[in-house]
Amino acid sequence: MSQAATTIDEGGSAHGRLMRARFASFAQRQGALIALVAVCVFAAIRYERFLTEENLVNVLRQNSMLGLVALGMTFVILTGGIDLSVGSLMAVAGVAAATLAGQGALIAVVAAVAITTVLGLVNGVVIAKARIQPFIVTLAMMIAARGLVLAYTGEKSVGIGKSSETLTSLGRDFVGPVPVPVVFLVVLFALGWLVLNHTRFGRHVYALGDNDEAARLMGLNTARVTIGVYALSGALAGLAGVLDAARLGAGRPVAGQGDELNAIAAVVVGGTLLTGGQGSVLATLVGVLLLGLIFNVFNFEGWISPWWQAVLRGLFLLVVVIVQNRLSRRK
Amino acid sequence: MSNAEPVLRMEGITKIFSGVTALSQVDLALARGEVHALVGENGAGKSTLIKIMTGAYTRDGGQMFLEGRAVDFRTPEDAQAEGVVAVYQEVNLLTFRTVAENIYLGREPRRFGLIDWKQMNADAAALLKRLGLDIDPRAPLGSLNIALRQMVAIARGVSFDAKVVVLDEPTSSLTEHEVQILYDVIRRLKAEGTAVVYISHRFDELYTVCDRVTILRDGRFVATRPLAGLEKIDLVCLMLGKQREELRQGTTAFKGATEAAAGETPLLSAENLKRGRKLNDVTVEVARGEIVGMAGLLGSGRTETARAIFGADSVEAGEVRLEGKTIKRGSVNEAIDSGIAFLTEDRKAEGIIPELSVRENLTLAALPALSTLGVVSRARQTEIVDKFMKRLGIKAANADQKIRELSGGNQQKVLLARWLCKNPKFLILDEPTRGIDIGAKGEIQSLVGELAESGLGVLMISSELEELVEGSSRVVVMRDGQRVGELRGDDISQANIIRAMAEGTTGEATAASTATAHVTDTTPPAAEPPSVPPAKGA
Repeated sequence: MSQAATTIDEGGSAHGRLMRARFASFAQRQGALIALVAVCVFAAIRYERFLTEENLVNVLRQNSMLGLVALGMTFVILTGGIDLSVGSLMAVAGVAAATLAGQGALIAVVAAVAITTVLGLVNGVVIAKARIQPFIVTLAMMIAARGLVLAYTGEKSVGIGKSSETLTSLGRDFVGPVPVPVVFLVVLFALGWLVLNHTRFGRHVYALGDNDEAARLMGLNTARVTIGVYALSGALAGLAGVLDAARLGAGRPVAGQGDELNAIAAVVVGGTLLTGGQGSVLATLVGVLLLGLIFNVFNFEGWISPWWQAVLRGLFLLVVVIVQNRLSRRK
Repeated sequence: MSNAEPVLRMEGITKIFSGVTALSQVDLALARGEVHALVGENGAGKSTLIKIMTGAYTRDGGQMFLEGRAVDFRTPEDAQAEGVVAVYQEVNLLTFRTVAENIYLGREPRRFGLIDWKQMNADAAALLKRLGLDIDPRAPLGSLNIALRQMVAIARGVSFDAKVVVLDEPTSSLTEHEVQILYDVIRRLKAEGTAVVYISHRFDELYTVCDRVTILRDGRFVATRPLAGLEKIDLVCLMLGKQREELRQGTTAFKGATEAAAGETPLLSAENLKRGRKLNDVTVEVARGEIVGMAGLLGSGRTETARAIFGADSVEAGEVRLEGKTIKRGSVNEAIDSGIAFLTEDRKAEGIIPELSVRENLTLAALPALSTLGVVSRARQTEIVDKFMKRLGIKAANADQKIRELSGGNQQKVLLARWLCKNPKFLILDEPTRGIDIGAKGEIQSLVGELAESGLGVLMISSELEELVEGSSRVVVMRDGQRVGELRGDDISQANIIRAMAEGTTGEATAASTATAHVTDTTPPAAEPPSVPPAKGA
């Protein structure tokens, strides 16, 4: 009893606990950042071409599509959900945009993103209303959407060609020294940060992942939040698919395969908990860059075969998650 | 008590769950600035009533008036919006979010569409200060202890301009010191004119903070009384539905157990068990062949004592010995291995595995003994199952019938058999005949009697006073987590048990008194806190 009395009476002790909690969450978030800096330093010393503008811009551009997908995934995972359909939705959007390229870039982009937003919305509605686990619902969408796009294209890529230079420029042009996809990445991450930290929707995303039952009892419309995050995830996956098609000049029915898992890996490596309620978009950005740079390092090394690269990346992911788990449990 | 219109008035409330009447014609009126206790034993309908009040359930009959105006809450949000809020027993808040976010979730103040954090934190700070709480609104909820989290939950309730706040067992996880913080908050709410509904099983709390009490029993309204001047014994009688004068006898199948010979070392001795406020220095001894009854109202610490003896909850202090040998604290395995069996109160949740057969359910605990290298010997299993089905008179089509198809009484017998085939020395029965029809009840009662005659020690927890009076060689009475008395021989009567439940004093509960402890029929101790005078109304 006296112990309990102390915790209440002594502001210092409560304050100390608060500081420890903040430090633990700081360490959890910054763990990935520390690793990112370490990889950069290592690469900068070992490979003289690493710190060139060309290499860094390349790394950013190569990872900007994945980054957008991971941004949407962050919202989903913060609610305690998962979205396996994003890879397939990228292909849907890419093919849709390429098909509609003749109608003008704006129509092509808007229509493609609208389609995947609706598919994401379908995910959300089924999860929220029929109360089926997100894993199963989005797995079904992943399989069905991929099937749809393969059937529609007959497994062949749809070329954009000369029909819309504006569309392909979205994937290939630069604003100053910055590639257009990277501009999208930066702007949308900034928006994502704003939404998560300074809007009701964003805070309710956190609330849902924290304790969905409590959130419901506190009068939150949890269904609306759930539907919102899956629609957002679909929209961002669609945009990523469009940019990917624009860059390659063709909508490929096999685009984005495996990217759902890469996106989840990036989110988790960044420090967002898979159980929801804790994490941030900045953490995800760090996660995306960290995985991208490790890939970059493998390329510099050259002698590591893609298969062994996969083994190493898998091990890395495992180590990161174990370390995070330790840190979060210490709280 | 007050001529003014009550803040909230419920009249003739009826609720039916799939054909079963949970509430029938219940009335409740809450005055401004009143702390109103709601009490009743299991199945009395307290939680159904407050769920209807706060919009979690819709009523099937009756009317509800808020400040004289007929209201109809379809959802908790409806009720919240009107200022009727519930703070539930388990704190339902968000661990990782800040205190301010938890208070204003869903109603965050905004500027230009963005959350106004500064405003929200300032509002939260002002609200917490008003309630006399020193909590940083920016702290993550998870950094606070349980008591302060509960205060945050109350603050959230109050932030809806609450006219009525329902506190459902608010002290169940608080320490004595933390309870004082809660009382302080309640007094402030009272001073502001908020009506507080207070649900608790602890009499000391009711008499400390509450003005009036409404008693429910079996889904029916019994009475509303001012607490000042209501004797505890009358309150217990109202809760149990007993007349103080006429307490009858002679309806159970116990033959009247014999008292163990004095001077013998007890089979089981549990000494000075302590676990927060739930168990305070509880001592129980049971001899071979003895049935010790354990009486007490809901939440008095009966089940907690059983769980502590069985090692299902770890205690902070105390010792359990079987045949003189100390059993490791908090180890169910060791308790079972040394020969303790525990038939739990909740058959469905903690006992039967509904989809498995009688055979499998019965031999579940004995499987290791029946197996060789992990393979169960079917022949030996059948032998045991047959033996117990005959001996206990388990009525099933055959041993392979699914247990969920059996009646409650037969399920209970299977569970009893599950323990008996491990040859226990000491048996704890928690409400062994609850929810069982009269016939099977008698069979189980006489079975327990036979087991004791064969040398088992039995600790029997029961809410049925007849069962305790006629089945037990001694009756230990619990109240508010303490052992408040022990009755033996001719002293065992319903009247004495009720008196001990109501008035048994805490000083009597010390270990030294076990040998001769009779119910101390004394007046309440001087330390008894004075009751808060009834509210004067608006």
